[in-house]
Amino acid sequence: MDTQTPLLQFQEQKPELHFRTTKFNFGSFFFTGLTGLATLFILAILAIILGNIIINGAPALSWRFITAGTEQDMFDVEKAGVFPMIVGTAARVFLMTIFVIPVGVITAIYLTEYAHVSSPLTRIIRGAVHNLAGVPSIVFGLFGLGFFISFVGGNLDRLFHPELAEPIWGKPAIVWASLTLAVMTLPVVIVATEESLKAIPLGLREASLALGATKLETIWKIVLPQALPGIMTGGILAISRAAGEVAPILFTGAAYYMAHLPKSLNDQFMDLGYHVFVLSTQSPNVDQTRPILYATVLVLLILTFALNIVAILIRAKMRAKMRLLH
Amino acid sequence: MPEILMSEPVMPNIKVKDHGHLPSAESPLLEVENLSLYYGHSQALKNISVKLSEKVITAFIGPSGCGKSTLLRCFNRMNDLIDSVRITGKIKIGGQDIYEKSVDVIELRKRVGMVFQRSNPFPKSIYENVAYGLKLHGKNDRAELDEIVERSLRNAALWDEVKDRLHTSALGLSGGQQQRLCIARAIAIRPEIILMDEPASALDPIATAKIEELVLELRKEFTIIIVTHNMQQAARISDYTAFFYLGELIEFDATGKVFTNPAKKQTEDYVTGRFG
Repeated sequence: MDTQTPLLQFQEQKPELHFRTTKFNFGSFFFTGLTGLATLFILAILAIILGNIIINGAPALSWRFITAGTEQDMFDVEKAGVFPMIVGTAARVFLMTIFVIPVGVITAIYLTEYAHVSSPLTRIIRGAVHNLAGVPSIVFGLFGLGFFISFVGGNLDRLFHPELAEPIWGKPAIVWASLTLAVMTLPVVIVATEESLKAIPLGLREASLALGATKLETIWKIVLPQALPGIMTGGILAISRAAGEVAPILFTGAAYYMAHLPKSLNDQFMDLGYHVFVLSTQSPNVDQTRPILYATVLVLLILTFALNIVAILIRAKMRAKMRLLH
Repeated sequence: MPEILMSEPVMPNIKVKDHGHLPSAESPLLEVENLSLYYGHSQALKNISVKLSEKVITAFIGPSGCGKSTLLRCFNRMNDLIDSVRITGKIKIGGQDIYEKSVDVIELRKRVGMVFQRSNPFPKSIYENVAYGLKLHGKNDRAELDEIVERSLRNAALWDEVKDRLHTSALGLSGGQQQRLCIARAIAIRPEIILMDEPASALDPIATAKIEELVLELRKEFTIIIVTHNMQQAARISDYTAFFYLGELIEFDATGKVFTNPAKKQTEDYVTGRFG
């Protein structure tokens, strides 16, 4: 062994330490200020919008307003009510959730658990899903009209009721509006579910498989329960997006006026968002209608928040249950 | 110049387990014949042949990336999960080739259990963790489940610590307890072989000692194959040791022999700590 080279060379010199005196960093100060200003600007705009709606809408908001229908005159402050619109909006959002969650979740399961990551098919599906998210909502409305009402509904009528002149399914209806919204919000649910599935450690799947579970059992018993809060997040985002949308339901189910609440899936419905449009464009006396308009917008906002809060509470409860167990 | 650096490498002072009489390898439980495994184009296992007997502990040692874990995961076909894996050769358990088309992977995994490097309890209660495999395989009778869960936890030396909190989350257990729970979960379905992939590498020395004790205890009922980075651990608990290097099985023999009088130079270099 070579004994000439020492194993370690100790440095004799102590390194000199230099502390730079803190200097005023203009760039950092400027950028911090800029981000703060941008945040303030957004908050200010939000406050102006919400404040405007609340200040102008609150006076016209009354128990009678939210529980009464519009039998008398929908443009008269004293007589107008929005109960049918609340019911219609809540119903279409609820129906949409029923359609979109299973389809979205199953698609996400296919994409993350079954499909080969790099196969062309998977890439095409994923690309399509992301493109779907960028399609303007009016296009979904036209799609709903063409596909659900004319094609699906029309063919249902031809098949089961060829003798009737009046269409039963081939006309705007709450079921078609909800399905159209479901197609529109599908990407949101798929992406949220995919993210939550990907976040589940491979070790859990392996543990289950190593115990002799099939892939399906592993997904059903281990993966999905873990992914539920993430799926709920997808649902919440879908509800938020869908509750205020008007364009997709314009041709597919929303009614200008209906004397009764929707009784079946093929009934039309009145909708808060669409009603805002009606109030602001069809009123014979704009000044007189303005309080109703603001109040309706306020109700729409409250309903959207309420739907969100319900979903968030369910998710929080689920998470707590997962943490505590039994 | 310190003395130690001048001297020739010596066999480390590793206490080798006194295993007494070893079962003969005449009717091996597990036979590997000319096994090669490829990840895409790169070969991870090279023409491996080895026979493992029943109710012994076999340790797989070797430096990182030598293929020991890969081979372990062939025994319960966990490698099936990776698309690019291609396998040639045979692995026979009880005389049957487990890579034959007719073999039901579910049945195989019931017979060959696995404990992973990182403890991976399900985010369920302690009880549900152990009962999971049983329920999968159709045991739903509450009394029977209670009994097997208790027995498995006792066998895994965990019962006394968790008997009052069976229905609380398994994630509340310490790392060592979680790993013993994973062992309880694996033995609940009574496999013949238990594969352990560095089961103590993420644990502190006390928890490691408990796991080692447990592995020695389990030897009475199960055939155990354990992958380990820790040579002292291999020496302490195993009956046989297989040394792998760069995808090849360099040496396979009784642990005492491998650690005190290895046949191959590479094995000697590794167990004396000259590389790895």
